Amino acid sequence: MRKIIVNGELVSDHWITVHANENGEITVPENGDVLVALETWQANKDALVAHQGKTGLLLNGDAELEDFSADLDKFDLIAVNFPKFADGRGYSLARLLRERVNYTGELRAVGDVLRDQLFYLHRCGFNAFVIREDRDVEDALNAFKDFTVTYQADVHEERPIYHRRPA
Amino acid sequence: MYVYTEYDQKLLDERVAQYRDQTRRYFAGELKEEEYLPLRLQNGLYVQRHAPMLRVAVPYGLLRSDQVRMLASIAQRYDKGYAHVSTRQNFQFNWPALEVVPDILADLASVQMHAIQTSGNCIRNVTTDQFAGVIRDEIEDPRPYAELIRQWSTFHPEFAYLPRKFKIAITGSADEDRAAVRFHDIGLEMVKNDQGEVGFKVLVGGGLGRTPIIAEEVVPFLPKQHIISYLEAILRVYNRYGRRDNKYKARIKILVKALGVEAFRDKVEQEWNHLKESRLQVPEQEFERLKGFFIDPEYADLVDQEDLLAQQSESSPGFSHWLNTNCTAHKKPGYMAVTLSLKPTAVAPGDVTTEQLNAIADLSDKYSFSLVRSTHDQNVVLADVQQDKLFDLWQELKANGFATANIGKLTDMICCPGGDFCALANAKSIPVAEQIQRRFDDLDYLYDLGDIELNISGCMNACGHHHIGNIGILGVDKKGKEFYQVSLGGNSGREAAIGKILGPSFDEAEIADVIDKVIGVYVEKRLEGESFLGTVQRLGIDPFKEKVYA
Repeated sequence: MRKIIVNGELVSDHWITVHANENGEITVPENGDVLVALETWQANKDALVAHQGKTGLLLNGDAELEDFSADLDKFDLIAVNFPKFADGRGYSLARLLRERVNYTGELRAVGDVLRDQLFYLHRCGFNAFVIREDRDVEDALNAFKDFTVTYQADVHEERPIYHRRPA
Repeated sequence: MYVYTEYDQKLLDERVAQYRDQTRRYFAGELKEEEYLPLRLQNGLYVQRHAPMLRVAVPYGLLRSDQVRMLASIAQRYDKGYAHVSTRQNFQFNWPALEVVPDILADLASVQMHAIQTSGNCIRNVTTDQFAGVIRDEIEDPRPYAELIRQWSTFHPEFAYLPRKFKIAITGSADEDRAAVRFHDIGLEMVKNDQGEVGFKVLVGGGLGRTPIIAEEVVPFLPKQHIISYLEAILRVYNRYGRRDNKYKARIKILVKALGVEAFRDKVEQEWNHLKESRLQVPEQEFERLKGFFIDPEYADLVDQEDLLAQQSESSPGFSHWLNTNCTAHKKPGYMAVTLSLKPTAVAPGDVTTEQLNAIADLSDKYSFSLVRSTHDQNVVLADVQQDKLFDLWQELKANGFATANIGKLTDMICCPGGDFCALANAKSIPVAEQIQRRFDDLDYLYDLGDIELNISGCMNACGHHHIGNIGILGVDKKGKEFYQVSLGGNSGREAAIGKILGPSFDEAEIADVIDKVIGVYVEKRLEGESFLGTVQRLGIDPFKEKVYA
């Protein structure tokens, strides 16, 4: 199984990504945790809720909260896809998930996910990272130590620097 | 001047270590070219025509003399002995080697300087009025707010991969906009409401480039404690909805136009409603803390020296011209702000040598509380000079090549590096600037013409701000040959306007003649006391067109 980073540690990824066929239908495995795209979730809610195992939602950066926020408690995982690492929409989406709708489950960055973006991704609320396959996932762990100081509020620190300066 | 705490310094030091490691991994083949590219860009490092170019940030254009000396030392050790002042008040080095950039950054960090976010698709250096804090017409000094915004934008985790670059400018002036805020992604104008409270008029979606647009007002009065939450709301809307499919349509100005300013405002306000009551609100004590860094220096108690200056002007016409042209009235009696011209004939506009940088540092120590400012029109300012020392300073400026008395005049051009350096340029711009400077080298004539902004860009990316020059010159490529398009009537100030193109473009050799004819029409048609821009506004471009294409 592929090693990914969850909460700062390397773990084996057991989630199964299930794609819909041309008609939008899916075959849900009887057991196991499955990750599906937003449209797939919307078209197959009953089957997914009924299956033995957890459900994860795979979003693109342009997803709108109102398209899925009513179902938020059904998901144990939300993954946000980065088609290119320089596509920054997922950073805002992550903050909205954590700060606007208070999603507390695993939030995973997938796609073109590389070491040099991890520090910011983590600050925006991602706690899981599937590093691109051709890269050293262990080396990527170093990224969380890039900085020990920050100026802005983020998902882990609601106070911007101006509320944190010693008087 | 803002003084770094240990916390601020640590951020810079950690940045140097991070960048050093990224550069190491790039040379070790662990980072591909396209992956290293945005990392080095966010650090101000371009690869240009001949060599890399490193752009060093000068937050809101303010420098201590020891920082200027460091720039001088870097120019000497890592470059060819000169640096260049950019239109974002930054300093650029044109010849550093990629592998020594981490060392340069370490040197810069030792004097609280850096190259963070001076390029790339992120929030760039915030710029302001070069006379902030010393001019008479100010609502408030904008620099404490600029510093607040600098900290907020530095390594903002959410906004490092925007659709395109993002520029913010702020002005505190009540009468005049010297920061071109209407041509920024966000322009902030300090305003006072009926209760006498200070806040910001927020303008969004201005910009130059291929599609020049004047920013539109989104909020007439934003109370100052909400400035960060409001900026965050705008940036979030832009980050989520700005176009990413076409880099020429990716700036926020295109989003504002596509949605319309009303719908754009609705989206921002919707987002802001969630943010405004959060900890993003800036407490009054933080404003007070930041203002404490920009208090007046220890001015002497003086009176204006009208008689002395009149007498010195009488005996030296050169001093008289310089005093009238390069010195600006100061809020404090007995002082003036002095602009050092980086636009003498035959020097690329905005270039300074190592020796000149050291001279600037020395002069600031001697005459202006050891502080220096860079301007968006590519000059340098000593903001607090005693009037009774002006004559001495003028002589020292002359000896160092800074006394060309042309500030605000036709030869004080904004000019991009152009085809001589830049890989994007369609045409050279520096030789065109020189051609015009040589033609208009008669100072008496120059003064008679009054204030004229002439801006030159070597391509339609418009780094030389040609759209907003009273006279704009744009280099274009026609079948591999360099031509130049001329526009008239641009205005970077409150009455913001984009210049109108005169007609078909000209060969490089014709440019000085064309400008000569344009100026000729002005001299012939101007009313008593009317500026060049005033004449263009009154008559339109037709009389100029007739003359130039006759």
